[in-house]
Amino acid sequence: MAVIPRRRLAAVALVAATALLVTAGCGGGDEPGDGPVTLTVDVFGQFGYEQLYQEYMTANPGVKVVERGTGTNLDEYSPKLTQWLAAGRGAGDVVAIEEGLLVEYKANPGNFVNLLDHGAADLKGNFLEWKWNAGLTADGKQLIGLGTDVGGIAMCYRKDLFQKAGLPTEREAVSKLWPTWPDYIATGEKFVAAKTGASFLDGATNTFNTILLQTAGNTSGYSYYDTSEKLVVDSNPAVRQAWDTTMDIVDSGLSGKYGSWSEEWVSAFKQSKFATIACPAWMTGVIEANAGTGAQDKWDIARVPGNGGNWGGSHLAVPKQSKHQAEAIKLAKFLTSAKGQIGAFKAKGPLPSSPQALDDPAITGATNAYFSGAPVGAIFGTGAKSLKPVYMGPKNQAVRTEVENAVRTVELGQRSPTQGWTDAVTNAKKAAAK
Amino acid sequence: MTVQLDARPPVAPAPQRSPGRLSRLDTRYSPYLYVAPFFLIFGIFGAYPLAYTFWVSLHDWDLLGADHPFVGAENYTRLLADADFWHALVNTLGIFVISTVPQLLAALWLANLLNRGLRARTGWRMAVLVPNVTSTAAVAIVFGVLFGREFGMINWMLDLVGVDAIGWKSNRFASWVAISAMVDWRWTGYNALILLAAMQAIPRDLYEAAAIDGAGRARQFWSVTVPLLKPTIIFCTIIATIGGLQLFTEPRMFNSGTNPIRGGPLRESQTLTMYMFENAFAPHYNFGYGSAVAWLLFALIAIVAAVNVLLLRRLGGDRPQKGAAR
Repeated sequence: MAVIPRRRLAAVALVAATALLVTAGCGGGDEPGDGPVTLTVDVFGQFGYEQLYQEYMTANPGVKVVERGTGTNLDEYSPKLTQWLAAGRGAGDVVAIEEGLLVEYKANPGNFVNLLDHGAADLKGNFLEWKWNAGLTADGKQLIGLGTDVGGIAMCYRKDLFQKAGLPTEREAVSKLWPTWPDYIATGEKFVAAKTGASFLDGATNTFNTILLQTAGNTSGYSYYDTSEKLVVDSNPAVRQAWDTTMDIVDSGLSGKYGSWSEEWVSAFKQSKFATIACPAWMTGVIEANAGTGAQDKWDIARVPGNGGNWGGSHLAVPKQSKHQAEAIKLAKFLTSAKGQIGAFKAKGPLPSSPQALDDPAITGATNAYFSGAPVGAIFGTGAKSLKPVYMGPKNQAVRTEVENAVRTVELGQRSPTQGWTDAVTNAKKAAAK
Repeated sequence: MTVQLDARPPVAPAPQRSPGRLSRLDTRYSPYLYVAPFFLIFGIFGAYPLAYTFWVSLHDWDLLGADHPFVGAENYTRLLADADFWHALVNTLGIFVISTVPQLLAALWLANLLNRGLRARTGWRMAVLVPNVTSTAAVAIVFGVLFGREFGMINWMLDLVGVDAIGWKSNRFASWVAISAMVDWRWTGYNALILLAAMQAIPRDLYEAAAIDGAGRARQFWSVTVPLLKPTIIFCTIIATIGGLQLFTEPRMFNSGTNPIRGGPLRESQTLTMYMFENAFAPHYNFGYGSAVAWLLFALIAIVAAVNVLLLRRLGGDRPQKGAAR
């Protein structure tokens, strides 16, 4: 019988030894020291920061900046960021948070450094008021993130395809074609009748989002959730109106049915398969990356139908798990400064959220060589200061996913518009309850 | 037992005692030491996550939230009433069946071919394994493009023979077929090699006896080869079951664009693991609910594996070897 305890002892010793080895293996992280500090910046899509990093590293010789996630889809980026935050390690020192997800992150502010404790309060005047407020928690005591860009919306179009269809190609004249969405549809019908081999627009979901955020911005100021965080997907007239207009677009056969951000969508850009795409300022960089140099000067930018609107825009935050918080905060402040925002705009087109930057001649006079020299500063910048924000509720992303997929089922002919709407409402409610 | 013939005392009894004890300790404990690494690794990466996942599944666990209130079996009861869960289950089983059945049959046929006197036999045998070496993500991306609605090569070839374009991603059954094609392309060769190894262990004289009894090639295959391969077929089926029910990368990469984790606008090709991911991570971040999906998936795999074993036992009941032992 004496054997059993000894056996047990051996097992315990073995486990202990291995555990020791394992913990020792994990312990070797990069401890803050006197050597050069490496700051990791996590982004999605195109933030246009490369030049700014170079500049920052030259000014701060002890700091090295590395960017991760450039060009990734938001759907790939956000789960990773959430996992890093939940696990307490893995996140970058500076992380980008998209506006639709900001509310969810703000619900657990403990994951982030309170920038108000680090002198950020003085920067308030550097941001549009609503952009600043969006970064604050509900009680206003913690600032999660500093604003990067806002998403003023325009309509990007292919001049060559418009010419083929016998439509005007000059951006002023094109803007006059569609003061309203019904006018846009009428133009689209003319385009389709000309049989150019291309569709009028990429896919219904992008357009739906644009119309929704525009309508919501111009009316209630909220979309799927009202400001008391109640789900109003079936009672907010803005949602219904955007749905109906989108259904008209689908019914008229204008959509190429390319699912946004899919491989086919990218191929369709390359093969000139559609003539227009609703484009928030940040989309211009995406178009350039997808369509490639072959389509340079074939694209141009006109006014969006309807009245303005804001889609997208992000904040930069510093996770509490960062080992170099002070340096990270300094970098985030630099990247979101008026100077940083102008630099990003010049590189990839995201529209500044800083009024000083918006007034800067570098923005007001900016043109985009890729888009036939379109005066992007004037197109996106004018009216940027009067943009009305749209309130996003706690499960905005999940609800939006359901409604967009319902749009997609109608577009693909899997559901009738009526069935699609029922699906949208039912699934949105289900998603919100999860 | 040695018998001592002379009266001399045994030589140096004392030094012999100490190595004796050591070697006794050695024989008694070192086997545990040798197997311990597996159990340690399994404990850390297998048993602990399993138990932890179960613990999480009993809570309302927001991935980012600070509090995780205990809710008992609520996640499970909600899950059993969740239509999307059952939908994903049907997808998973559907893809599993239409990928595994042809895959094992093809592997068996392939192994049978490779077992014959081919020229450059090793070359052929290596060649069937090549798809398995390719990274799953790469395979899935390439197949995703091949099965594109408008720019895909498959639809282009169908068009050449006058068949209308198929919405491979927006038709439920078509998406299952496309994903199964991916799985089969990757795993058929692997299974063929395992079956081939087993085939080569079958004694030649059984075939000779069968030939003398007048059995043709087909009869020999079904009456000698297949019954003797039964343990291997069971092994392949169970491995395919585990893999098939956990299918994730292929359907996930097959669906590109926004929220690919849904597996299409109507969740056409969403498997259970994708549903688990959708709930545990983006966009729901409901870790407790996702963990409940994981546990039900675990139960499902156990059930399907058991059914497999029972079915295959019955199918190959007339097995000549060890038949009496049962």
